[in-house]
Amino acid sequence: MGIAFPFSAIVGQDEMKLALMIAAVDPKVGGVLAFGDRGAGKSTAVRALAALLPPMSAVVGCPYQCDPADAAAQCAACRARSKPGGKAKKPAALKAHQVPVPVIDLPLGATEDRVVGALDLERALAHGEKSFEPGLLARANRGFLYIDEVNLLEDHLVDLLLDVAASGENVVERDGLSIRHPARIVLVGTGNPEEGELRPQLLDRFGLSVEVKTPGDLPTRIEVIKRRDAFETDQAAFVAHWDKEEAKHRKRILAAREHIGSVKVADRELEKTARLCMALGTDGLRGELTLMRAARAAAALDGAKAVDDSHLKTVAPMALQHRLRRNPLDDSGSSVRVERALNELFAS
Amino acid sequence: MSDGATIWADSMIAAALAAIDPVVASVLLRAGAGPVREHWLDLVRELMPASTVIRKLPPSISDDRLLGGLDLAATLQSGCPVLQHGLLAEADGGVLIAVMAERIAPSTIAHLTAALDTGTVSIERDGMSLRVPSRFGLIALDEGIGDERVSPALADRLACHLDLGTVARADLGESLFKSSDIAAARALLPQIRLSDDAIAALTTTACALGIDSLRAPLLACRVARIAAALDGETDVAEPHIACAARLVLAPRATRLPAMEDDNESNEAPESQNESAESEQDDRSNDGPLEDRVLDAAQAAIPADLLKRLQDERAMRMRSSSASKQGTAQKAPKRGRPIGSRRGEWRAGARLNVLETLRAAAPWQPLRRRTQRSDKSGRLIVHKDDIRITRFKQRSGTTTIFVVDASGSSALQRLAEVKGAVELLLAECYIRRDEVALIAFRGKSAELLLPPTRSLTRAKRSLAALPGGGGTPLSAAIFAATELALAVKAKGQAPTIVLMTDGRANVARDGVGGRGEAEAEALVAARQLALTGIPVVLVDSSPRPQDKAAQLAGAMQARYVALPHADAARLSQAVMAQAGRG
Repeated sequence: MGIAFPFSAIVGQDEMKLALMIAAVDPKVGGVLAFGDRGAGKSTAVRALAALLPPMSAVVGCPYQCDPADAAAQCAACRARSKPGGKAKKPAALKAHQVPVPVIDLPLGATEDRVVGALDLERALAHGEKSFEPGLLARANRGFLYIDEVNLLEDHLVDLLLDVAASGENVVERDGLSIRHPARIVLVGTGNPEEGELRPQLLDRFGLSVEVKTPGDLPTRIEVIKRRDAFETDQAAFVAHWDKEEAKHRKRILAAREHIGSVKVADRELEKTARLCMALGTDGLRGELTLMRAARAAAALDGAKAVDDSHLKTVAPMALQHRLRRNPLDDSGSSVRVERALNELFAS
Repeated sequence: MSDGATIWADSMIAAALAAIDPVVASVLLRAGAGPVREHWLDLVRELMPASTVIRKLPPSISDDRLLGGLDLAATLQSGCPVLQHGLLAEADGGVLIAVMAERIAPSTIAHLTAALDTGTVSIERDGMSLRVPSRFGLIALDEGIGDERVSPALADRLACHLDLGTVARADLGESLFKSSDIAAARALLPQIRLSDDAIAALTTTACALGIDSLRAPLLACRVARIAAALDGETDVAEPHIACAARLVLAPRATRLPAMEDDNESNEAPESQNESAESEQDDRSNDGPLEDRVLDAAQAAIPADLLKRLQDERAMRMRSSSASKQGTAQKAPKRGRPIGSRRGEWRAGARLNVLETLRAAAPWQPLRRRTQRSDKSGRLIVHKDDIRITRFKQRSGTTTIFVVDASGSSALQRLAEVKGAVELLLAECYIRRDEVALIAFRGKSAELLLPPTRSLTRAKRSLAALPGGGGTPLSAAIFAATELALAVKAKGQAPTIVLMTDGRANVARDGVGGRGEAEAEALVAARQLALTGIPVVLVDSSPRPQDKAAQLAGAMQARYVALPHADAARLSQAVMAQAGRG
């Protein structure tokens, strides 16, 4: 694909960028959905994320890039190898190497066998062996699965993703194979609502959702075009120019990851979270949980010791707006409703 | 120079730009098939280096051919999976000509746009996983008549938009450029400099013309560079910027900068204000270049822009149903695979390779023995082994509302229906149901909202409602029947909801006459009954009328009297009557 446009060089779109950074700090927030205008840079931002992420440590030769330090999340093969008294006589430390965090594209024409994995046809035909060929979910383990035009994805693939994203595990029962492997993935979807709505089940699974609009003011628009033009004229020079900024972002993510465990959420903030969700009438508790997690990640990115009102305010729209019951006759849109509820809450 | 000759002159420049850098200067060419279009294509071909690979992309191309897939013949021959490249990979470094681009299926559009955006094609199919470079120039031929248009997602990514519809044969001239010009320009291209002022001028012009997508000014900047290269200049100067504004920006204009008042077609008033403000900003600092670029763009905008925009909007609505009329599906080919069955591999059926090979496997030793001459590892697959993937696709319902928009009370009705449409959409989209709206008044019936699942799109389309005039009931019934049949051909189940008091007064030929119009409406109703499409007739008159009941009888519709309905009651009634409540 060539060189990606640097994340830090993206003009504006702060909400989308923050949502992606939050997901990079705490994958448990449950994915990011960016819906909006054509040509507003949705795909650019997601593709830029891949280059921004600090590399991770993975077991050499493992098709699921298991984490050598986290036995609980390892695939069966890695666990068997590291367990003392298993096939290996000594608790051999797993060989690890640094790999980029996977950001895997799920192209629209993908077939089910390639998403979940299937019988390795080549080996079956050439050697008569029955072996499993891992699919995209395996490749995306511990990373991101990116679906452009997510609203055009075929239903049966959506069903698969929902299940895997929820369980963090891919269970394959097909072609006479019975396999399960870890698939902790952050779903990232982009799309244009004019092409069709997203299924509500899928909408709800995304932790964060942002509306992406083309910047309206002229100076910003000109700046976007200038940078894009500079990038296309000389990609290497442009990327080099933004290297420092990228490194800064990367450091910020790393620091936030280390720091997030110690970020405190006071009862007072939890209460506000709950009151906000009640005021908006979100279904279930997923809204509260996501809001709290996202606020904590935002606080960690800020280097703050505790979550405060400003973090809640920043992340509330992206954590809640897609969980509101739809009222099609209310033209004010869900982001406005979240805003209104926020103002009421923090005014009192 | 006549209009046609002016357009042709610009088309010549676009042809040269496309020949210099087809990947950037991609073209959307709207014109019927004919000598004018052929002449243009010939000139492009002549200007391009002889080695350029030029491939045609038919609108009905299958995913296998587009993206690539398992090469069955080679796989059977060699005994191991062999990949066959798709058209997108084959076109790498060359040019794709999409014929009848207005009819390309949405999924194909998505693959095309993905390849255009990333310059690669990702294949995750049939047990194969590959990324193949796919950077190609695209020339999309839009043959749409009236209502059919190329998908906005694709049009957004194509740089130069040309409309040769008004160019006559007499306007045609030879190319202004020679292939040596093209070669020189190609060599010069990497050195072209584009100033910040030029970028600002093009972005400002895009804003002033009401172009929302940022791809447009970006493409304009890149086209301006190529135009400079064609000119033999290393700096992009005013004529090149003006050229880019004419070819890239002007055809995308959604409004004329000076016309801020009587602009009904503008759907986003706030963006209008913003750009109006920013226009002033520019004038205060450094206006002249922007102004001149804007003038150039404006000169290229057809005088009837507003009218055309309105037509276009109506067209866009009709297109989504019209473009699929030809693709009647007998068996669903998409959806959830539900296992495989033994079958014949004919065009369109999806071969399940794994199952087929598995079916063939146990017989290999036996078959090899009977065909002793064959010593290679070749797999012997018999017709009996062929397995076809079966798909299950829930066929959704499409509810077509047909609403009387004549007279003032009907407007009230129309508003109710608008509400009901939105309610139904909000409730139905989980089930993949679609909603469409036809309004009739004056002399004809108009498709206000084509079948859609998108609430966003519905809201946008329903913003402006026409009203007043006569009651062309028969035209409405015909239009509804036609749309319902198109929906059915698509594999969806249509339901028609007709709201009327049954009092027609305009016949299909557009002239009045109550008796004639009502008789004609009854004929149309009987024809609708013959199609077997379920119809609900909602009597909208204050007191239930004989005429409406009679009409309901003729079309074998369920009759519902809802003298004082609101949106919620209406949507409930429809759900209940359509047997889904």
